[in-house]
Amino acid sequence: MDVVELSRLQFAVTSMFHFIFVPLTLGLVLLVAWMETRYVRTGNEMYKRMTQFWGKLFLINFALGIVTGITLEFQFGMNWAEYSRYVGDIFGAPLAIEATVAFFLESVFIGIWAFGWDKVSKKVHLLCIWVVAIASSLSALWILLANGWMQNPVGYVLRNGRAEMVDFGAMFTNPYGVWKFYHTVVSCYTVGAFFVMGISAWHLLRGRQLEFFRTSFRMGAYFGLVTIALSLLTGDYQAEVVARYQPAKLAAMEAHWETGTNAGIHLLAWPDAEQERNVVEAAYVPGVLSYLAYRDFNAEVIGLNDIPREDRPPILPVFLSFRAMVGFGSLMVLVSVLAAFFAWRGTLEKQRLFLRLLIYFIPIPYLTIQLGWLVAEVGRQPWIVYGVMRTSEGVSTAISSTQVAVSLIAFTLLYSALGFIDIYLLIKFARKGPEEGPAAQPILKEA
Amino acid sequence: MELQIIWFVLWGVLWAVYFMLDGFVLGAGMLMNFIARNDAEKRVVINTFGPVWDGNEVWLVTAGGATFAAFPTTYALMFSYLYSALLILLFALIIRGVSFEFRGKMDGLGWKKGWDIAILVCSFLPALLFGVAFGNIFGGLAMDASGYHGSFIALLNPYGLLTGLLFVGLFLQHGALYLSVKTTGELKERAQRMAKMLWPIVLLIAVVFLAATAKFTLLYDNYYAHPALWAVPLLTALELIVVRIMLGRAKLLKAFAASCVTILLVFATALVGLFPNLIPSSLDTAASLTIYNSSSSPYTLGLMTMVALVFVPIVIAYKIWAYRIFREPVTVEEVTADDHAY
Repeated sequence: MDVVELSRLQFAVTSMFHFIFVPLTLGLVLLVAWMETRYVRTGNEMYKRMTQFWGKLFLINFALGIVTGITLEFQFGMNWAEYSRYVGDIFGAPLAIEATVAFFLESVFIGIWAFGWDKVSKKVHLLCIWVVAIASSLSALWILLANGWMQNPVGYVLRNGRAEMVDFGAMFTNPYGVWKFYHTVVSCYTVGAFFVMGISAWHLLRGRQLEFFRTSFRMGAYFGLVTIALSLLTGDYQAEVVARYQPAKLAAMEAHWETGTNAGIHLLAWPDAEQERNVVEAAYVPGVLSYLAYRDFNAEVIGLNDIPREDRPPILPVFLSFRAMVGFGSLMVLVSVLAAFFAWRGTLEKQRLFLRLLIYFIPIPYLTIQLGWLVAEVGRQPWIVYGVMRTSEGVSTAISSTQVAVSLIAFTLLYSALGFIDIYLLIKFARKGPEEGPAAQPILKEA
Repeated sequence: MELQIIWFVLWGVLWAVYFMLDGFVLGAGMLMNFIARNDAEKRVVINTFGPVWDGNEVWLVTAGGATFAAFPTTYALMFSYLYSALLILLFALIIRGVSFEFRGKMDGLGWKKGWDIAILVCSFLPALLFGVAFGNIFGGLAMDASGYHGSFIALLNPYGLLTGLLFVGLFLQHGALYLSVKTTGELKERAQRMAKMLWPIVLLIAVVFLAATAKFTLLYDNYYAHPALWAVPLLTALELIVVRIMLGRAKLLKAFAASCVTILLVFATALVGLFPNLIPSSLDTAASLTIYNSSSSPYTLGLMTMVALVFVPIVIAYKIWAYRIFREPVTVEEVTADDHAY
């Protein structure tokens, strides 16, 4: 493999690993903030114990999200120096703003929250977790606006041999970035919802601290129902944006080869990039693709065969990832509805099979959002900046394939070890559960 | 004032503040195993910076982001030329961060011992490598119009290593002073003694560094051209002396504050000499990266100046508030009463 391929693989490994921890941070923090709000409002000690139990899991997860984030910022310069030089004038700004405006808030206030139970008033303590919640989503906004610019470059001119920013407002309101933010962030929230539901289910099955976990579950279930609905809605809008700005990605997502009006989708298909057609196709539903993309059953949708071969993304991975994402997403809708229904009816503990299923369902939202990320980023290929710069042109010239191969292996080993330890600790503390009864020591205190 | 000059100053401030803040965490991390005699004391050490360390590390992220946004060419070349060194640095920072979080999460002697070693090594390496990297930047990187001709091994030249040693020494002293402020009893006394022992060593390294700088870099050229600038290194030396005086009078908070200022001024001394270069070339001055030939457009610099002017003061305000909340020293009793997250 050459420097480009190795660097792409390394970016994939490091960003996808980072994207294991960040989504739980984003979703779980909102639930923890909600729990603490109920504690401050009602004075009920159970909500305090809930805040501390889920907060502890939140912190174990948070640490890895923070430390693996630095890698990503460094990597643009380390592996993608030509890209950084070419687009830094416009791409660097959102990253620097993210650090200044959001990341500082997040990491200073999480410190006060984690260590400040006895040092600040109840209300200030509550405020801290809300600041962390808002700041972490704000952080995602800036990162995804930066990513949105790679997907749909706006507000720049090519001048002095590089892309220079001329309109910050255009970047800030870039429809691609804005919709990608909405879809990504609400999808990340679902990870937190299913995480809380799954762990609560484990304890409910064992009849432990029923009131505690029933309440946790209910909060997770309602939160999950709202967020999965929003994920569906924003995903639908995002598909429209993709159709408008990245026809090649849309065509690859749906394995759509021939340009035509009233375009449909095959429920069953297997695209072959070499033969430039689907080798398997069945169950055709006409008009659906036209409607999804342009809200008009008769709209024309460009097919892959009208896009030059060298401008097409890898079709099979994008197609399969998209199908799998939609499939798992639909499953999540179903499970969410059931969970919310059982929680609302109060018949949760009777649904033992369902509870058992929920434990094994914890990884599904993780997998689903990773698939979404693959669709977005593999679907952007062969461009590093869509239509402006090819990925192969962005790589550093000063590094060798040996250097990147070594760093890729080192990252993989280190991250695997850390991921393993982190998951082990999460399981350990999730199983241990909260301390019994309101008189017991709060969880954070026994660390 | 030109936007490039504003950003040169801001760039320097971000790096200097990062070193001032993470410097004591790196220093305390290096010292932990030597100053703390048992597990409770080690936890005291970790808990002294527990609430603030990741907020401190964000200064590094911001310094990196600011380099990217304001001087993209410098960011691109600096990070790709120093690939291997930065990789080791990244790994060390990652492992150090999770060590604080993971160490207390399981019992078992091997588990804790392992993380103790990780904290030691992964606090030492960043201190050393940041110094090596900046030493090489001060001296100039082997680059010309055709690219970079250096290697990781070549970075480990005497001047690079000397700068690394200076960073390690400064951070050790800084960490010892921080611990002397933030702990009590025997731990405090040991930290105090450690700071006293380190001071002459830091002084010695600093003197050798200043002499070597004349031989290996062109940093003094600006000083010869504008002799008034000598005030900066002079103040730095004075500040270092203030550290010792305050330490002698057992005014530890003042000694620590003086150490903060010393670190800021060491960086200021270097940057005054570096100006207007960001990364000089050791092969061909025409290939040097300056604040003019590697900066962003006036539009971007103007925008980023607004962002910095509005938000950096806010950040500083709530950071000071956070430090005030945790201003009390951490005690063994407090930690063993299971009152902390680490």
